[in-house]
Amino acid sequence: MQDLVVPLNHVLFVSTLLFTIGMLGLMIRRNIIFILMSLEVMLNASALAFIAAGAHWGQPDGQVIFLLILSVAAAEVAVGLGLVLQIQKRFNSLDMDDANRMRG
Amino acid sequence: MVIVTLIIILLIGGIIALLSEKLSEEAPRVTALLSILVSLIYLMLQIIKPDYITVITQSSLSDPASWLMHLKLEWIPAFGISIEFALDGLSLLMVALTLILGAVAVSASWTDIKKHQGFFEANVLWTLAGVIGVFTALDLFLFFLFWEVMLIPMYFIIAIWGHENRSYAAMKFFIFTQASGLLMLVSSIALAVIYKEVNGQYSFSYFDLINLPKGYLTEYLLMSGFFVAFVVKLPGFPFHTWLPDAHTQAPTAGSVILAGILLKTGAYGLIRFAVPLFPSAANDFAPMAMALGVFGIIYGAMTAFAQTDFKRLVAYSSVSHMGFILLGVYAWNELALQGVVIQMIAHGFSSAALFMIAGSLQERLHTRDMREMSGLWKFMPKMGASAMFFIIASLGLPGFGNFIGEVLILLGLYQVSSWMAVAASLGLITGAIYSLILMQKSFYGEPNAHRGETTMLHDFRKREMLTMYTMMGALVLLGIYPQPIMDVAQTTLIGLIDAVQLGLVK
Amino acid sequence: MQDFVWLIPLMPLISAIFLMVFSSKLPPTTVGFFGTGSVGMSALLTCNLTWGYLKDPDLFTVSLWTWMKVGELSANVGFHIDGLTIVMMMIITCVGFLIHLFSCEFMEHDKSYARYFAYLNMFVSAMLILVMSDNLLLLYLGWEGVGVCSYLLVGFWYQHSSNGRAARKAFIVTRIGDTAMMLGLLILFTELGTLDIQSLVSSAQVRWQTGDFMPTLACLLLLAGAAGKSAQFPLHTWLPDAMAGPTPVSALIHAATMVTAGVYLIARMHSLFIISPHAMMVIAVMGVGTALMAAFSALVQTDIKRILAYSTISQIGYMFLALGVGAWTAAVFHLMTHAFFKALLFLGSGAIIHCLHHEHDIFKMGGLWKRMPITFASFLIGSSALAALPFTSGFFSKDLILLSAYQLEEFGPILWAGGLLGALVTALYSFRLVFVVFFGRIQTLPNKENGWRIGLPLTILCVLSLVGGYFTLPLSNLFPMETNSHPATWVEVVSIATPLFGLLVAYILFIKIPSRIPKSLTSPQENTISRFLFSGWKLDEFYDRLLVSPYVRSTSILLDEPLDKLYNTIVLVNQKLHKWLSFSQSGRMRWYMVSVAIGFIILLGIAIAIPRGLSEW
Repeated sequence: MQDLVVPLNHVLFVSTLLFTIGMLGLMIRRNIIFILMSLEVMLNASALAFIAAGAHWGQPDGQVIFLLILSVAAAEVAVGLGLVLQIQKRFNSLDMDDANRMRG
Repeated sequence: MVIVTLIIILLIGGIIALLSEKLSEEAPRVTALLSILVSLIYLMLQIIKPDYITVITQSSLSDPASWLMHLKLEWIPAFGISIEFALDGLSLLMVALTLILGAVAVSASWTDIKKHQGFFEANVLWTLAGVIGVFTALDLFLFFLFWEVMLIPMYFIIAIWGHENRSYAAMKFFIFTQASGLLMLVSSIALAVIYKEVNGQYSFSYFDLINLPKGYLTEYLLMSGFFVAFVVKLPGFPFHTWLPDAHTQAPTAGSVILAGILLKTGAYGLIRFAVPLFPSAANDFAPMAMALGVFGIIYGAMTAFAQTDFKRLVAYSSVSHMGFILLGVYAWNELALQGVVIQMIAHGFSSAALFMIAGSLQERLHTRDMREMSGLWKFMPKMGASAMFFIIASLGLPGFGNFIGEVLILLGLYQVSSWMAVAASLGLITGAIYSLILMQKSFYGEPNAHRGETTMLHDFRKREMLTMYTMMGALVLLGIYPQPIMDVAQTTLIGLIDAVQLGLVK
Repeated sequence: MQDFVWLIPLMPLISAIFLMVFSSKLPPTTVGFFGTGSVGMSALLTCNLTWGYLKDPDLFTVSLWTWMKVGELSANVGFHIDGLTIVMMMIITCVGFLIHLFSCEFMEHDKSYARYFAYLNMFVSAMLILVMSDNLLLLYLGWEGVGVCSYLLVGFWYQHSSNGRAARKAFIVTRIGDTAMMLGLLILFTELGTLDIQSLVSSAQVRWQTGDFMPTLACLLLLAGAAGKSAQFPLHTWLPDAMAGPTPVSALIHAATMVTAGVYLIARMHSLFIISPHAMMVIAVMGVGTALMAAFSALVQTDIKRILAYSTISQIGYMFLALGVGAWTAAVFHLMTHAFFKALLFLGSGAIIHCLHHEHDIFKMGGLWKRMPITFASFLIGSSALAALPFTSGFFSKDLILLSAYQLEEFGPILWAGGLLGALVTALYSFRLVFVVFFGRIQTLPNKENGWRIGLPLTILCVLSLVGGYFTLPLSNLFPMETNSHPATWVEVVSIATPLFGLLVAYILFIKIPSRIPKSLTSPQENTISRFLFSGWKLDEFYDRLLVSPYVRSTSILLDEPLDKLYNTIVLVNQKLHKWLSFSQSGRMRWYMVSVAIGFIILLGIAIAIPRGLSEW
């Protein structure tokens, strides 16, 4: 177990910051592209935390999970962009609130 | 095995009835009647042996093997849940009553079901199967299972074949009984957990749980769970409001099963579970329960008097009669409990018959409103005479079963609480008042002038009269020679009384 | 004979069931044959039994089967036969037979002939069970059974809703008394552990001291039952209305037998009542009060049957007076003579009503004595017996009652004076009836002469009403010895002279100077007092205000199930909650995100807080 160049706390702080930025993006933006981007940011934030933790304890699990997240993110973007295209076609807009058919 | 076979016969009979719908209109009814009769005969053949009464008198609570019949198969051993059926005198009486009234119910709806006959008869048979399960299951989990099983077909019977306001009534019935049943489930699970704390493993078996030591507060809370479930079903004041709606909206067979059989599961539950499992809590709670019983008697009778709907009046009369049962159970001595058993059987017959008459009236007049009736005796003397018979029986005239029930309950009750007995006896007067007004409004009086076509009304036919005679005979027999029934129930009741005594001493 | 005693109540019962089941298929003659014949057979069997008993008077008990045996309760279906039972059985079967015979003709043209006889037979059977039973529970069976038959027969002509109302009133008012009686049974059973009459009475005498509270309470409750059935104040209001039934029914049920069941009950339980002097006093006062009250009401009635109904109430009042002063034999004696002459009067009035197109108003009758000689004779004899004119049957029994009352210590003379006043009024109203109906101008012509089935019972009852006073009842071993020292001669003279004086007054009023009849005696609506008396002392109105209307009003509140309001509130709350929750389902992504975030923070907060706290909770 060796010390990192950058202390763990700092990495985690950055990760939290990124996560918060992504979350705020989700809460504030209406444009569906931005929402997708915010999601990616959040995923990356958690991936960063995994990497840092894995490095800190010298365990490979962190990197494994990072790879998993990476692939999930790729798949998600693929599906998400497909949905974006569909929404653009149907509603002629990229505004999320135009598609709120599920209102109770 | 007898019980399992019985339940299976009824379940399969239901499936056959469902399928036979395609053959002809008659086929489902015949199938249903046949499967009930087969079950009844099977039960008789299996049970009524020369020495059965001695066997019954030997059954003791501490030794399930001594019962008339006992079956225990593992089901979910990890939680101590097993398939445990047992039959003693009380259960035997109830099962026999279920089957007989089941046959009556099928006969009552012989002609008035016009759609999905197969599914209807299937539901009737499945309800009966559920009820038999309730009367014989002695594993609390299995008991709960059957408790719920009998609801669902009953819900369908009301919701599909009911009258104008059926979905409201069906929903009300379902929610009341279902919600209260969940309280019972919580209580049973808690009992199993307590059993584990004491003995190291779970058990839902009645025989294990009956002598379980519990903290007083726990006991009281758990008892309330059971009490509410059973009193809703009974139905006791103030949980009775589902009953008038369900009865009024249900088709005739549904009302017959509801009044004759389903209500008895509540009373049975009180006798079998709610009191013996929690002796000291039940003992302390008794005055409350008796007060509810008295309220129920008076409230039911007074409300019945005001009704204009024939079926609703009879439904409220059930509320009133069930008040006596609640009183009898919580008086908890041999006299009162024997009274409860007789009252359960007698009320089964008398109210079933009255609902049949209500059903026949509706079939002929297309109304249940008594303001539209009046003077029907002139056109339908046989029906009028039958109605008179059962009204007089249900108001507690000596010579009929209902009187034996009421008088035994009063005799037992007076020894426990004289004031309650005084209050309950008011029910004898109020009972007479609503019963006679029922007769007056429907069959007596001047025939309705605007009912010109009443001459077309046909009286009871042979099939209907046969059913009526059967029930009349049963009530009279119960009224003048109830001893055999009492002998069958006696051992169970004394055993339960002793168990509660023992629990109180501890 | 003892082994077949159960046949006596069974015979009418079988006939009743038979008639009920096959009612529509039987020709009237068969119906009449079965209905009357079964009671006739019972009467023959009873005569046989009586003959045997008179030759060799020993009482016996026949147990048929165990009715119920639960815990310490053990009741048999069993009959106990002693002198009192024999007297009652004779009255029921013989008078019953005559009335059945009378009914054959009276009801001939009714469509529900079979139903009528079925009810009537059932009544005879229930009444026999009442008087024969050896335990109070079986007695209660007969007691309620006769009540139901009375209900059925009063409401026999069901098309008129007023008949239905009268029938219901009769049943419910007596049911109030019956319920009190049931409570009495509960007390007796709980205190003494048995309902068997003989053992109950003997253990009561061992267990209780004279004047104890418990026996008094039990006696008063039994008395309430007796008052309901026997139409005594305050539960007598049903009897005048019960006249809505066919007249033979009034004769059998509401004059001769059922209404005297209360007298029978108290006489049967006399050993219990002796323990409680207070209850005895209540009985005596109730008896005199009712006798006077009803006699005054009878004085102003215009409906022939209502006059007789009030007079029945009044006469049973005399029986209660006798019971209250401990003159048991006198009470039963008067019960018997009353059964004869009142059945006679009712059947006579039935004969009149039958011939006068169902006319009930006595002021629309008149001058009938030439046209209907047999009926006139029967009315004359019956009224004489009712008024207790010397040497009729009523004279002996009523005289016995009055003298016994006089001899009671302390209050005796007051009770006697009350009874005497009643006797005066009785003579007055009974001869008012005779003079108005049979003398004066003919107002309605009788349409036909009655046949032998009406004539024969009337004749036999005439004879019985005349000679009934010379019968000796086999009651000597049953009741405690009564002191029969003769009171002062003037008491006897006054007792005998009073009815004669009443007759004289009636003669002057209604025959001698008919033009000066006080208006209040002919049209009761004329002045306040007679209106008050006519309405039965306004008791009906009083009960209506006090009990009936409040009950009906409170039930109409319950009609819509007030409890459902409670459950509807629960439903309403749920619906409100549902609205709020569905409002949160806005479909806005960002709103969801915010709620996720907030929820997450809250959960986090809880997760941080709990591990610290749980062990401390």
